[in-house]
Amino acid sequence: MEYFLEQVINGLQLGLVYALIALGYTMVYGIVKLINFAHGDVFMVGAFIGYFGFTNWGLPWPLAIVVAAVLCACLGVLIERIAYRPLRYTARIMALISAIGVSFFIEYFCSLKFMFGPNYRVVQRPFEEIYWSIGGVTISNIQVLIFVTVVCMLVGLQYLVQRTKIGAAMRTVSFDHDTARLMGVNVDKTISFTFGIGAALAAVGGVLFAIAYPQIWTFMGVMPGLKAFTAAVLGGIGLIPGAMLGALIMGQAEVMTAAFISSQLRDAIAFSILILVLLVRPCGILGKTQPEKV
Amino acid sequence: MRVSKWVALITLILFSMSIIAGCGGGKDTTGGAETPAGGEEIRIGLIAPLTGDVKTFGESVKNAFEMAMEEADYKVGDFTIKVFVEDDRNVATEAVNVAEKLITQNKVSAIVGSVTSSSTIPISEVAQAHGVVLVTPTATNPKVTVDAARKDYVFRACFIDPFQGTVAARFALDELGAKTAAVLFDQGNDYTIGLKDYFKQSFEAGGGTILAEEAYTKNDTDFSAVLTNIAKQKPDVLFLPDYYQKVSLIGKQARDKGITATFLGGDGWDSPELDFAVMDGGYQTNHYSPDDPRPEVTEWVEKYTAKYGQTPDALGTLAYDATKLVLKAIEDAGSTDPAAIRDAMAKIQGFQAVSGSISFDENGNPIKSAAILQIKDGAQKFVTVVNP
Amino acid sequence: MALKDGKRVLVFIAGVIAVYALVKLLAMTGFLNPYWLRILDQALIMTIGALGLSVIFGISGQFSIGHAAFFGIGAYSAGLVTKSLGGDPFTFLLALATGAFMAGLVAFLIGLPVLRLTSDYLGIATLGFGIIVKVGFDNANKVIPEMGGATGMTGIPQVANFEWIFIFCILSIVLARNLVQSGHGRACTALREDEVAANVVGINIFRYKMLAFVFGCTLAGLAGALYAHRYPFLHPSSFDFLPSIDFLIIVVLGGMGSLTGTIVTAIGWVFLLEGLRTVLGSTFVDYRGVIYALLLIIVILVRRQGIFGNKEYGFLAPVVRRKEGRNATIES
Repeated sequence: MEYFLEQVINGLQLGLVYALIALGYTMVYGIVKLINFAHGDVFMVGAFIGYFGFTNWGLPWPLAIVVAAVLCACLGVLIERIAYRPLRYTARIMALISAIGVSFFIEYFCSLKFMFGPNYRVVQRPFEEIYWSIGGVTISNIQVLIFVTVVCMLVGLQYLVQRTKIGAAMRTVSFDHDTARLMGVNVDKTISFTFGIGAALAAVGGVLFAIAYPQIWTFMGVMPGLKAFTAAVLGGIGLIPGAMLGALIMGQAEVMTAAFISSQLRDAIAFSILILVLLVRPCGILGKTQPEKV
Repeated sequence: MRVSKWVALITLILFSMSIIAGCGGGKDTTGGAETPAGGEEIRIGLIAPLTGDVKTFGESVKNAFEMAMEEADYKVGDFTIKVFVEDDRNVATEAVNVAEKLITQNKVSAIVGSVTSSSTIPISEVAQAHGVVLVTPTATNPKVTVDAARKDYVFRACFIDPFQGTVAARFALDELGAKTAAVLFDQGNDYTIGLKDYFKQSFEAGGGTILAEEAYTKNDTDFSAVLTNIAKQKPDVLFLPDYYQKVSLIGKQARDKGITATFLGGDGWDSPELDFAVMDGGYQTNHYSPDDPRPEVTEWVEKYTAKYGQTPDALGTLAYDATKLVLKAIEDAGSTDPAAIRDAMAKIQGFQAVSGSISFDENGNPIKSAAILQIKDGAQKFVTVVNP
Repeated sequence: MALKDGKRVLVFIAGVIAVYALVKLLAMTGFLNPYWLRILDQALIMTIGALGLSVIFGISGQFSIGHAAFFGIGAYSAGLVTKSLGGDPFTFLLALATGAFMAGLVAFLIGLPVLRLTSDYLGIATLGFGIIVKVGFDNANKVIPEMGGATGMTGIPQVANFEWIFIFCILSIVLARNLVQSGHGRACTALREDEVAANVVGINIFRYKMLAFVFGCTLAGLAGALYAHRYPFLHPSSFDFLPSIDFLIIVVLGGMGSLTGTIVTAIGWVFLLEGLRTVLGSTFVDYRGVIYALLLIIVILVRRQGIFGNKEYGFLAPVVRRKEGRNATIES
């Protein structure tokens, strides 16, 4: 029983880590309907900036997270301006390919020697780990930090999108660009803002990821990015609570498979669950099937 | 709009043609028999993953290869050396392509490479088919040199998995007095699978019990599920047969999960980028000990550190030895003919390399002893040496 | 139909013979050395596989990011046949048929549930399927030891030469073209443009999705089967997520719905990646990935509908030219 509970905690941690990335991913998708493949790589850049922040530049770690978030927000806006905006009114798949190109570019460029280099770096955690034992399961302060951050992100994003003026603009843009323009919404600015926020969230996720799993390298964003996106789809892509739910399910599915079935089949079973869920709920768990317009 | 489309199309065609023409042209300059003044020329190729996700391994190999070449001043015997460096991106298809390029276009006599078994096996097939000598620094899979039949042009500078796995298991049983062990391995990486299989086999043959055998994939960063399982079983040793970056990550999480078992691993640990604090107290098998007083070792470590600003890792050391072996064989053969180089290579006896005294067995594998090191106070300390 | 475009068919046949003769001539004079001939073979194999995805995604609009898995299924099953039965031409053909059939069969079985999904959800489901297949290959040696699991599969006779690959590439082009220009093909295009409208005019949506999917995956299997007999080593990581992305890039870059674009781009893509080696030389070899990524972005930005848009040329162009009969624009 204790063993089971501990595995639940493990799954929760993994799920929360996926949620860190998935929330930004799904928000961008919700507004501009683009699978932003470069999200995982912005995440990597954020992790590196945070790492430089608290090891090389001597910043306190919360400040390092802020610096990483600000710089990555600029990067996100820049990527949108160069690689996505010119493709906004062509087929959606074109922007996807452009995003893949951007993702490759960031990965390969950053692994050049004068950038971050190809090496794996060990991250020295900027604070001591503390463990609490509650009813036989151990919880660390890092897990708590991640949990709090994810909850703040979730609530903050929901508030931003549903309750603020810019959020209203974002929702309008997600429906129809021309109508949004007629309503006096600055579409370009709103989309830039969306990408900025998305990238900042990725950066925060990146730094926390680097603290939780203390190692960074230039291809670290690929697999978490893919898994996080899968989680977002599972929950219903474009829906912020959906991303959260999907991420938690993915985390539990992977950990429970590894713990009780077979660690070799971990990915296979996690993705089988994904496919099965999609067959029952073709638009994700929380997604609503759109009535077909004729 | 129509015009611009045609312009784009024509540009594209011109671009691709220029590439093809460039290739053809390139062949003329490099493929011709231009003999430099210093004597006859010998061409040597290097294949390593210089882009992509294992670029850092490729960089170590390339650094060491270039250092060996510079030390030789790009000369061997009466020949001047011309070097061709190619990237395989750790993709089997590209590995075949570059091997074919080096052999048929650049006309190399010998190739050093590649890093992983999954790109070296296809290279070995191409090299054998064309009859060009291949020495791999680090590919441990037995299939590299022997498949259905012995590939007699192919040699390697590293241990094969059976030897290292067995040594580690014997050490755990005899020296550490371990009764139980757990194993964690990368299910997509034949290096870790090979070590795991042979460790398990000899550990069980020696009366030990394997409590858990868990897999992960190369992109995993969270091992908590399997480590929780292992923590429950309380093994005496935890065998982690992967490269330094992965074991650092696993080691950290294992300690966080309260696993107190002694860590044990292979030559993949050997890197200045290992997390020494986390792995403290662990044991690894290796090719040499940095404390080794032999001049080959001290000189190599000193020179590499001076040039690249960090101590060499196992990949670099093996690449250096592989390059030296190629140069030695060419010198002995006194010929650019791959068949002669192959025969000279097979005859090498007791060659004093950094990773020990090397002679080849009938399968092109080096017969050399293994050192067992302990990670202690941020450094590797020599424990004992095991002879094959 | 055959009469109407008889002239274009003749031109096509003449073109095929000319290309073959040219390659042989260049090979004999030594201008194309074995390295470039191998690259050419790789390019033709990629073309076959990419044509498959072009039919699935470009023509029929079914978003698939698991194409390399079918390529891998074809490669492994064909490899098993010749590895155990030998490499004579008859067994080789049997292996190719097995590879193509197995990929098609698996596509049918996975398509039954999955093709009900649409758009990005279908993409993620096929992506997930690709990862499941990869895990399967990694552990395959526990069921069939010859497949080697994560240590890879060797020992497949290398009997696929340029002639075989060329013939099958041309065959695939003809098959894909005939499918696209048949009534079935038009139904598939209708599906891409508007599923609801297609349904309303009486097209059995699911049937045509399945047709395109199985056809495309069969071509991927055929390409994989040829690959197994030209490249001496099969490894699960060769059929992972990234190779699937490569196919996707080729199809989109060539222009959605343009077979011409797919063919030209597939060949150009392979030669570009290899050509960069020669252009950059040993010194700048690190920059290969960076430049590839940059080129990818630039081409997409310059050619926003793909290199060929949805246009077809020559033999591949639609037979009947009516003003309103031309393809409409791609859904945005």
